[in-house]
Amino acid sequence: MNFMNHTLVSVNAFWIRHMKKAEKKHPLAIRWLHWINFPILAVMVWSGLLIYWANDIYRMGWGDKTILRFFPDSFYKALNIPFRLAEGMSLHFVFMWIFAINGFIYVLFLIFSGEWRLIFPNSKSLKESLLVVLHDLHLRKSAPPQKKYNAAQRIAYTLVIFMGLGSVLTGISIYKPVQFRSLTSLFGGYEWARIEHFTLTLLFSLFFLVHILQVIFAGWNNFQSMVTGLFILPSEEEILIPSSVATQMDVNKNEPINEVQISENNSLNIDEIIPKKNNSVTDDPDKKINPDE
Amino acid sequence: MNDKEVILISSKKFRKRSVIAFILFVIFLAGTVFAWKWIHKQPDMAGVPQPLRKVLNTNENIFSNFLTDKHLAETYPRSAAAKRVRVNGDIGLKSTLDTMAWKLKLVRSPGDTLLIGLADIKALPKTELVFNFKCIEGWSQITDWAGVRFSDFVKKYHLNQETHMNYAGLSTPDDKYYVGIDMASMMHPQTLLCYEMNGKPLPLNQGYPLRLIIPVKYGIKHIKRIGTIYFSNIRPPDYWYERGYDYYSGL
Repeated sequence: MNFMNHTLVSVNAFWIRHMKKAEKKHPLAIRWLHWINFPILAVMVWSGLLIYWANDIYRMGWGDKTILRFFPDSFYKALNIPFRLAEGMSLHFVFMWIFAINGFIYVLFLIFSGEWRLIFPNSKSLKESLLVVLHDLHLRKSAPPQKKYNAAQRIAYTLVIFMGLGSVLTGISIYKPVQFRSLTSLFGGYEWARIEHFTLTLLFSLFFLVHILQVIFAGWNNFQSMVTGLFILPSEEEILIPSSVATQMDVNKNEPINEVQISENNSLNIDEIIPKKNNSVTDDPDKKINPDE
Repeated sequence: MNDKEVILISSKKFRKRSVIAFILFVIFLAGTVFAWKWIHKQPDMAGVPQPLRKVLNTNENIFSNFLTDKHLAETYPRSAAAKRVRVNGDIGLKSTLDTMAWKLKLVRSPGDTLLIGLADIKALPKTELVFNFKCIEGWSQITDWAGVRFSDFVKKYHLNQETHMNYAGLSTPDDKYYVGIDMASMMHPQTLLCYEMNGKPLPLNQGYPLRLIIPVKYGIKHIKRIGTIYFSNIRPPDYWYERGYDYYSGL
């Protein structure tokens, strides 16, 4: 530590405190918006299913050949979906407001906080995302360096924002096709808008599945960072607190000291924890460590 | 912003912060479950928990404010219309109909009912309409209809006073099926008292002799075999509304 000279003159004893190093990962607003979206999206998908059942014509295949029918009767039966169209509509057209407003605030926050720079893909993202996927599949040892999100996350999280926008717009196209006629025609008409709305829901469900799996694989630290905001970094830092300051901070009562900012080159900014003016030294000999020893 | 913001935090402080965050998190998750259960425990209002019904009614207020006569459903050439028109529902059509004796009961005010025969309605200006009929179930079909605009009908029978009321109510002769419709939608230029489909008189299962065609609404509002039309400032009873659907059901 190179800050010794800095303070040697005025301080002759230090407290040692073990500090966790943590990355400030998710801003409070993002955490709230994310967790509000979770149950709302669930309600939207669920009520959407109740609605879709009433005219469940979509399938995958060609000609008369069907590989996958949306959805098999067993699926409906297991989830008790049939004959609940009215209930589905009443839920869908209530919770749509929360879904849309929450998403709108999220986008506004991304824009005005500058967070969008961490989420939107950049010129390298497409190539890097491939490497990330290979890494995740254990086909490649190292992953490309990243900031808050890796390239695959950037692409996925950006896509999902546009999917949300798409769901809202195709939703309006189906909900009010006369009042928003030009929007409906923009999506290829009423029937196409319905297909697109349905497809987006499938994609959302797919995203949700992969997201859950990735969160499980990423482990606890990653998950808790979406709740606490802090991602704990592996290395701990010992900091030396001049006893004078420590006394002021009432370390005897084991009060935690304030968070200490680390500047870009990762060295301690000593000015933040050691007031230069303070000369008085009132030590507790039992707990002090003399730097000269 | 672009660099990771790293802080030092004591274990104790981090633990405290975690505990608070997770307590809030659990309260939030429990709150969503509680809110969900609370909504469903509320008394029903026409088949829908009251809080949801109130929002649906608010949706009506929002969207009906923006609906004007300039919002027209897209129309198509007659060649685009389906030859086999989907039939979906026969409530109100099961009782036998004396086709010769049928007359439309137009209730101008309680005790003042006008009986109007089909020939009189056909004598009014005829409007043809090929549009995409949308069922609340999710299917739609381009279909070909003809009849008299309700707004033309109103002019002919001098219903200016009546149409200042908020709603029109329509029901089948046996009163088994009934709808209520806001006046703006009723007076919309594409709303027809319809007596023809694909250039021919309506088939019985499509509501002979007279049905409503109202492109600004889902199919549930396109009542078949109209027996009575009346006017009201409060919502007339509506068959599917009573069964949990949106009263407005506007498109």
